[in-house]
Amino acid sequence: MKIAVLSGKGGTGKTLVSVNLAAVALDSVYIDCDVEEPNGHLFFQPKDLQKERVTVKLPQADPELCTGCRTCVNFCKFNALAYIKNKLIVFNEVCHSCGGCLLFCPQKAISEKEREIGLIQSGISGNVRVVSGMMNIGEVSGVPIIKKLLQDSRKENKNVFLDCPPGSACMVMESIKDADYCILVAEPTVFGVHNLEMVYELVRIFQKPFGVVLNKCLEEENPAEDFCLQNQITILEKIPFDLELGTMHSNGQIAVRKHPKYKELFLNLLKTVSKEARHETASDT
Amino acid sequence: MKIAIPVDNNSMDSSVCISFGRAPYLLIYDTETEGSNFLDNSAAASQGGAGIKAAQNIVDSGAEAIITPRCGENAAEVLKAAEIKLYKNTNNSIRDNIESFKEGKLSLLDDIHPGFHQHGGK
Ligand code: SF4
Ligand code: SF4
Repeated sequence: MKIAVLSGKGGTGKTLVSVNLAAVALDSVYIDCDVEEPNGHLFFQPKDLQKERVTVKLPQADPELCTGCRTCVNFCKFNALAYIKNKLIVFNEVCHSCGGCLLFCPQKAISEKEREIGLIQSGISGNVRVVSGMMNIGEVSGVPIIKKLLQDSRKENKNVFLDCPPGSACMVMESIKDADYCILVAEPTVFGVHNLEMVYELVRIFQKPFGVVLNKCLEEENPAEDFCLQNQITILEKIPFDLELGTMHSNGQIAVRKHPKYKELFLNLLKTVSKEARHETASDT
Repeated sequence: MKIAIPVDNNSMDSSVCISFGRAPYLLIYDTETEGSNFLDNSAAASQGGAGIKAAQNIVDSGAEAIITPRCGENAAEVLKAAEIKLYKNTNNSIRDNIESFKEGKLSLLDDIHPGFHQHGGK
């Protein structure tokens, strides 16, 4: 089962939920897709680290062979190429590495070179295999790294928890594409509702089964909860606002490994999610 | 000498467009013949890299200078490679800017922004 954890913005508790779920599951894989700011590994402190470079292919033109016909410039839908003063200019960050220009160049003047955009690090932390995508500073898109992360995760038959990037843009869409179930994490404020709405729209577009975890709940009114009730969204769990939990989390500790109370809470959540996800698959058929 | 201006409409009474890459039209004005030619900016509708394509169109038009309120990094790189100078417009009127340009009153554009990338998920 592949479970994606998402939220409309950072700091909502997405990492708290995904890290603790992965830690409480018997045998699991935690994948940090928040490639701009991966921090799951800070909690797990995985051992036996393995690193793998992630590269993309970039075209380069041989000036000896290029006749300046501009077939490639006109072909590139992303406008990553310009032909100026007898020279082909390639805009690395704009290029999507589709390879089209290479195919269409009548002179066979274009070849590809590799460019590193980040790396994937994996290691073991107790019962969890921890995989993190890390994008190099200055890169514009982490999508190729997320693609690679998910490609590798397809081989897994364990429970996989995807800690998605915040927001609802391309990188998040990429992350939830193959998820069996999505957990949306929301804060009990008016802003929290706004952020929740963003990811709610997204999972509906992708037609993913989903439920909400309300984080930092107090006794008072909870606009995020009201939103769920109004829209008949399943509330999977309400995590109370708790200084102890907050402190553990900000010290990089995994609550379920420290405290039986949280172990129980997240075990319950895992049970609920498994039931919901199974129910969804059953009603599909 | 030919100069290029991103504009909102294909008429000399139009105004300078606030966007460079996404301007609907590119005016190519010849300061010697006083002739004007409006190019459809084929880049305006593109998903990304609009500035690069618009810059390529301007280079291809033979313009040697551009009057624009702003310009993205990538487009600026294309224009620099082509040795096209960028000037900042003073107001919205096309004619006023052309006059100011002829009198050498426009200053060079130094505000090059990093561009609005649609991908990247930011
Ligand atoms: S590989 Fe694709 S995206 Fe990159 S420059 Fe060539 S055609 Fe454009
Ligand atoms: S298609 Fe090939 S020959 Fe034509 S401009 Fe591009 S690189 Fe040069």
